[in-house]
Amino acid sequence: MLLIPCPYCGDRPETEFSFGGEAHLKRPDPGTADDAAWAELLFLRENTKGWARERWRHGAGCGRWFNLTRNTATNIVGDSYPMGASKPAFPEASGS
Amino acid sequence: MKNRRLSSGGRIDRSRPLSFKFGRRAYSGFAGDTVASALLANGVDVIGRSFKRHRPRGLLSLGIEEPNAVLNIGRGRNGQPNRIASEVPLTSGLEAWPTRGWPSPQFDLAAILGTWPAPLAAGFYYKTFMGPGLPRALLGGRDAWNGLWEPVLRRMAGQGTAPDGIDPDAYEHMNIYVDVTVVGAGLAGLAAADTAARGGASVAIVERDTIPGGRTLSAARQPMIDGRPADAWASDTFAAVASNPGAYALLRTTAFGLYDQGYLAAVEVPADGKTAGRIWHIRARKIVLATGAMERPMVFPGNDRPGVMLAGAMESAITRYAVKPGDRAVIFANHRGTDGLEAAFADADIHVAARVAIDETVTGVQASRGRLLSVDIAPVRGGAPDMAQRRRVSADIMATSGGWTPALQLHVMTSGRQRWDETLGCFLADGGGQDGILIAGAAAGNFTASSALADGNARGADAAGVEVGSILPVQDFAGPPEGQGIPIAAMTNGNARKRAFVDMQHDVTVADLELAAREGFTAIEHAKRYTTAGMATDQGRTAQVATAAVVAAATGRAIGDVGVSGLRPPVTPVPFGALGGRRVGPLFDLVRKTPTHARQEALGAVFEDVGQWKRARYYPRPSESMQNAVARECAAVRTSAGALDVSTLGKIDVQGPDAAEFMNRIYTNRMDTLKPGRCRYGLMLKDDGMVFDDGVVARITADHYQLTTTSGNAAAVMDWLEDWLQTEWPHLRVRLTSVTEQWAGVAVAGLDARRIVSQLAPEADLSNEALPHLAWIDAEVSTGQARIYRVSFSGEMGFEINVPWRQGQALWDFVTAAGAVPYGTEAMHVLRAEKGFIVVGHETDGTVTPHDLGMGWIVSAKKADFIGKRGLARPALIAKGRKQLVGLEPEDASVVLDEGAQIIADPNAPPPTPMLGHVTSSYWSEAMGRGIAMALVKDGAERHGERLWAWSLGQAHPVLVRDPVFYDVKGKRMHG
Repeated sequence: MLLIPCPYCGDRPETEFSFGGEAHLKRPDPGTADDAAWAELLFLRENTKGWARERWRHGAGCGRWFNLTRNTATNIVGDSYPMGASKPAFPEASGS
Repeated sequence: MKNRRLSSGGRIDRSRPLSFKFGRRAYSGFAGDTVASALLANGVDVIGRSFKRHRPRGLLSLGIEEPNAVLNIGRGRNGQPNRIASEVPLTSGLEAWPTRGWPSPQFDLAAILGTWPAPLAAGFYYKTFMGPGLPRALLGGRDAWNGLWEPVLRRMAGQGTAPDGIDPDAYEHMNIYVDVTVVGAGLAGLAAADTAARGGASVAIVERDTIPGGRTLSAARQPMIDGRPADAWASDTFAAVASNPGAYALLRTTAFGLYDQGYLAAVEVPADGKTAGRIWHIRARKIVLATGAMERPMVFPGNDRPGVMLAGAMESAITRYAVKPGDRAVIFANHRGTDGLEAAFADADIHVAARVAIDETVTGVQASRGRLLSVDIAPVRGGAPDMAQRRRVSADIMATSGGWTPALQLHVMTSGRQRWDETLGCFLADGGGQDGILIAGAAAGNFTASSALADGNARGADAAGVEVGSILPVQDFAGPPEGQGIPIAAMTNGNARKRAFVDMQHDVTVADLELAAREGFTAIEHAKRYTTAGMATDQGRTAQVATAAVVAAATGRAIGDVGVSGLRPPVTPVPFGALGGRRVGPLFDLVRKTPTHARQEALGAVFEDVGQWKRARYYPRPSESMQNAVARECAAVRTSAGALDVSTLGKIDVQGPDAAEFMNRIYTNRMDTLKPGRCRYGLMLKDDGMVFDDGVVARITADHYQLTTTSGNAAAVMDWLEDWLQTEWPHLRVRLTSVTEQWAGVAVAGLDARRIVSQLAPEADLSNEALPHLAWIDAEVSTGQARIYRVSFSGEMGFEINVPWRQGQALWDFVTAAGAVPYGTEAMHVLRAEKGFIVVGHETDGTVTPHDLGMGWIVSAKKADFIGKRGLARPALIAKGRKQLVGLEPEDASVVLDEGAQIIADPNAPPPTPMLGHVTSSYWSEAMGRGIAMALVKDGAERHGERLWAWSLGQAHPVLVRDPVFYDVKGKRMHG
């Protein structure tokens, strides 16, 4: 079980959170987006192996959505940051 | 069976004899024994039969690596399969049962299999049973495996007996957080824990044994640590570590899993018996694995015979348990580290009949009735035994040692790498895995007391982030000859390799692995799966290195290049009861009850689970069937009035200056035009255009709405709305509050509903003018304040009365006393299906649009945007050929179709029959006097009047496709 650093509540166990998929998706303007752009929003994800930015919600705590960096290959948890904040750099490579 | 207990010595309490049973026979042992040592002391040589060949097997070891002595402990509801005999402390009245062997392990009918070694070679199952074999017709249509072989083999090969009832024992879980976790309380682990604790770290130390000390507990001669015998030092140091504030020192606790971020899981079997098991969840910044090393057997023909034991296990039998395993011994090792064993043999007056030299090997053993008689020894010439020079030595026991394997299971399961160390003859940890894991002592290849202690000190200091202090002076008694090398080739150079066992738990021989290599299974993971070497509950602890060595030799590779297979938790079997802890029975999941629950129970309601809610499904009267009860409840609503508890509906309060804008964005229809005092049915879609949820929206004031969700989807809707507000539209000034459990609700519906509600709210004007369909009022009622919605899910005139949660029962009592007949969710479903009203999750499954449901009328064309608008415009959602909602009338009116039945055009068409759709809801309709159904059918809107077939479980019924509204098509009744 992961310990996830909620930006508002600190380190809390994974069971208090729900996963929200890839972060920083840009929702195109529905009025002008063509079918390909909309399909990309709905269905296409990077599915990164390695460091990735993800959306999480602290549902059993403060209820807030936030972003988190996590290495999907090693499961090492990096930093969390509030929605709307700019992308932080990934942590230095560690633990292979 | 003879008593083999020595008259003195051992770490057993002779003042506390304990009686126990193995199979049907009674035995006795002492406190301090394990089941394994007690059986050995009682002269029980054969403890079980092997997995595939049913060969008689005894104890190979007295530790966690034991492959053979895997027993059922207890029986019936208390039974526990897969317990390692050497890991179960003896208790009074304990019952142990052999896993295999019928009628007994000593005399096993299936042992005849042992005379067929050839057919049971590697890949035998795949080659024989999965093939075509006998014609299917003879096997009831099943293939050879399922029809013939599997049932037979299961009975002979069973892996223990599952308990036959609910486990009556109580288990619990503990969650702790420390700076440093140390796994293993041998010399290295104790040194690490002590050093870390002295350095100011909070420490947890877990040890599976009942006393601390590790291997020194079994040593015939104690090393001296700081002038004290090592066992005394271990006991004192463990107590010192335990006495630190905030320390956890846990004995009888086996670490079985190591997970991300320093999270270790361990299972304790407490001695006090107050709880049958306790799972420890231990989170630490640093973890020291001082898990020791496991001895491995030599590989030669007959190495699985009872009487052949690991050298360290024999030393332990004599020293720790005061058991003399035999009288004449042969020692066979590929190293000279048997000083301790020989000291123990001298103590117990056991004659060493022969030592197999490093340039000799064992070519076979003779045994009778499970007891060793003699051992054949031959010199090795040119890589093979010289049979002409073979000599036969009579002996009743044999001690073997092929070196030591560091116990790195926990390291490996965090993706830790290993590398082969030629000098030590073992795999050592080689990085990888997660950060913060340190390996100490024998687990790191430091096999002597002095090197283990020094290593433990150093790793403990690393873990606590302090300098290594003074290291205690240690005088080794003797130790493995580090630096001399352990020739692995000598471990496996037997000649007749068919009965030379590499993996005893799964009966895999050298010949099996060589065959696998010849057939191309040369990668270690492939060889493992093809031969099953290393796949059993012991995860091949004693087999790992020999497996790699045989595959290496067979493929001309280095053992380090072959490597060993990966491992997963748990390290040892863990009872399901322990994993469940207290979360069993009524505590398994949260149960949510409405405020009328006691009344529903008193009415004899049959409940159904809706999410975590308990909802009354129907109310059978004595001798009334479900169908009769539901028909009666439906008739009451259609002819007088019924009462339904709707407290479970999700309710979300939406407030803020931008509330109207927000509501407009999340529903398909317009919500900004809704006037305060009115309500409106609404659909929510996901961004892909598919229906997500539905409910009723009431506008309270200009900047205040309340919406309802389906009962099971309330939390998901709340999460989803928060997602939009927090991430896409943070500029919208709106706040959401879940008020599901603030409002209890009772729906009163039927011709008589207005009379009943007017008794409840005598001051309120309930006329069609003041309170038309889809309006609401706040009213003074006899129970206090209420909010009354004029809505209908039954097609009858309906009022949903909402009151503060705690007044729900009084409200229910009032309306039922006034004549409303209780009806349950089943009647609710029938009534709504008669009206063609959808239920999210019945008529929708995440692939259904409003247009598919015939609800295009609810999708606003005027709004610039709402969630799902763009998705609905995708070509696939506009194309012809989509499945659309229809009603179905079975031609035979008495038929009630199965929900999920497939809709097809021709039941006699040759397969594959085109599937046109499926039945989404189906009920007996008392009002229509027939079975009715709803279905999603390809191009259904254009098929009204067509005859199709509904197919389910081999039966096809002809059905008429029609409009889904069956009852009161013009909708006059609900407008009253």
